[in-house]
Amino acid sequence: MAGLATTFGSGAMTNSIEEIGQAQVILAVGSNTTEAHPQVARRIFAALDRGAKLIVVDPRRTRLAEHAHLHLALRPGTDIPLINAMMRVILDENLADDLFVEMRTENFLALRDMLFQMDLEAVAAITGVGLAAISAAAQIYARAQKAVICYCLGITQHICGTDNVQAIANLAMLAGQVEKEFTGVDPLRGQNNVQGACDMGALPGVFPSYQPVENQDHREKFERAWGVELPSRPGLTLLQMSHGGAGGPIRGLFVMGENPMLSDPALDKVRETLTGLDFLAVSDLFLTETAALADVVFPAASFAEKTGTFTSSERRVQMVRAAIPPFSGCRTDSDILMALSEAMGYRMDYDSPAEIMEEITLLAPIYGGMFHDRLERSWGLQWPCWNRNHPGTPFLHKYFFTRGRGRFMPGEHQGASEPVDADYPLILNTGRVYHHYHTGTMTRQCPALNRECPEAALEVNPEDAAALKLRTGELVRLASRRGEVTVRVLVSAQTPPGSVYTSFHFPETPINLLTTAARDPKAQCPEYKVCAVRLAKV
Amino acid sequence: MPDILTTCVYCGCGCGLYLREAEGRITGASPSRNHPVSQGNLCVKGWNIHQFIHHPDRLRQPLLRKDGELVPVSWEEALATTAWRLAEIKERAGGEALGFMASAKCTNEENYLAQKFTRAVLATNNIDHCARL
Repeated sequence: MAGLATTFGSGAMTNSIEEIGQAQVILAVGSNTTEAHPQVARRIFAALDRGAKLIVVDPRRTRLAEHAHLHLALRPGTDIPLINAMMRVILDENLADDLFVEMRTENFLALRDMLFQMDLEAVAAITGVGLAAISAAAQIYARAQKAVICYCLGITQHICGTDNVQAIANLAMLAGQVEKEFTGVDPLRGQNNVQGACDMGALPGVFPSYQPVENQDHREKFERAWGVELPSRPGLTLLQMSHGGAGGPIRGLFVMGENPMLSDPALDKVRETLTGLDFLAVSDLFLTETAALADVVFPAASFAEKTGTFTSSERRVQMVRAAIPPFSGCRTDSDILMALSEAMGYRMDYDSPAEIMEEITLLAPIYGGMFHDRLERSWGLQWPCWNRNHPGTPFLHKYFFTRGRGRFMPGEHQGASEPVDADYPLILNTGRVYHHYHTGTMTRQCPALNRECPEAALEVNPEDAAALKLRTGELVRLASRRGEVTVRVLVSAQTPPGSVYTSFHFPETPINLLTTAARDPKAQCPEYKVCAVRLAKV
Repeated sequence: MPDILTTCVYCGCGCGLYLREAEGRITGASPSRNHPVSQGNLCVKGWNIHQFIHHPDRLRQPLLRKDGELVPVSWEEALATTAWRLAEIKERAGGEALGFMASAKCTNEENYLAQKFTRAVLATNNIDHCARL
């Protein structure tokens, strides 16, 4: 989310999910919406029923792409040249929102200079998308009164993820498609409370509400509130912790409800790091692949056994209510943390989650009015919500951007970290399927979901399948430079020639043994969407 | 018992759903009709969300590695061991040698406590979660 933070000043969906249904044009980039965000897909279809136009930018012919008026099937990892070309068309056709650019943004000249120097023919060659289609997409988007861009991990999980996001933000600002209802840039969050975990400062560089740890004023505020001296140097990111190696900088690690042994890229490196630790503690519902390596495992309570709040993709803070008490022998993660903190000589004593939230309202300005009693009586509130009387904010950047003026951040094409070659001729792309969720810790325990989708399938284009003499249902060995797995083939035209696609939900098929640890230097987001692989019949 | 209104734990859409409780067990899930996102609709994951809660493989007791094996222990022993080991590493190598992986599955309140614990007790900013994945 570093990309939107530098351009708009706030790394979150600018709109509510409900608003998407009222947009006139929807540009979906790198989002398999029907499988990963069914409720958003529903709103897109509702908009289509009202006559909206849908443009899908995705290398795969997803179900959403089949409903699109225009599907730009670009080569994986070429989003920036494609979007830059769309902006060039907007300038050439005189469709830029000049007033918006003049009044509300900065750094436009840098973007303009870059766009005028670009070679459109070269873009067509890099992306594999014809100029006519790019031009049509740009015109449909820029001519609309209310247009929404939805993007997802197809944009961020690249080595140039931050620049991808900034390219999208540039496009929206150039066309003036922000700041209004039904209009904006909507990153779809992959997990129920990713937004909340970021808001709460579970990040190495910021306190709750995105207050930088390096800023002395912010640090002093938290030091006064918590009564201890706090470190000023930003910490390590997830992959720096999980890929440090056996003798890495981290010696002791506490993992709360995550499963890096299945979700992180280049799993061999993760195993080496975790087994090389002096101490590893894990709290989770099940004995996950990560918990199996731990020195201490705490049995945690599930969402049905605790009270608190989640913040959804549309910044909506909503109540989670305990339906049953924690199982005998299990404790909530709050209780575990409070007990551990007490045992280490720092008292954290809260009677209830509502009391924790009261402390948050005092320290995190965007959550200033998120009292549990208010959330109890409503369908949740959307931040920023500055105080007890504030009604919440359905769409962001009305009248001015969070950072003042929106900043254009021109960016150029970067090749993938691992291009295909004669030894590894295919591109591996990874994602989710409708029936399962992330590492499957929860969904793989649901009989109905396992019945519908019992194992991973590797989508192979009919052309490649014919060349390799593969049929649906056959087992193949899928190998990259880092490892190999055996997986069943599904011949499907959804995946373009030259690339294969599968999901990472299945411990039996740990696809992240293959993926590369290369990552975006700004956001530290790994390149899950492109790595070079080869196939062989078993 | 009436059905309990709560929020789905899967994707970022944030559907409102009701959990049905009978004799201390969650037996089903159904969508909220008036919730602004779900509007009477859930995906297949939401409809089946109750199925993992009472799974027999759920952990019910803390485990501690002794002689290479994870064995069940009391909460007191698990907590004391963790506190002692973390404190020992902090003493020996400083807070910079400790790390915390918070979770996008946990509540805001839990993530707040996690980062407070990491910064105030472990004395490091080495905290992150799977937002990047």
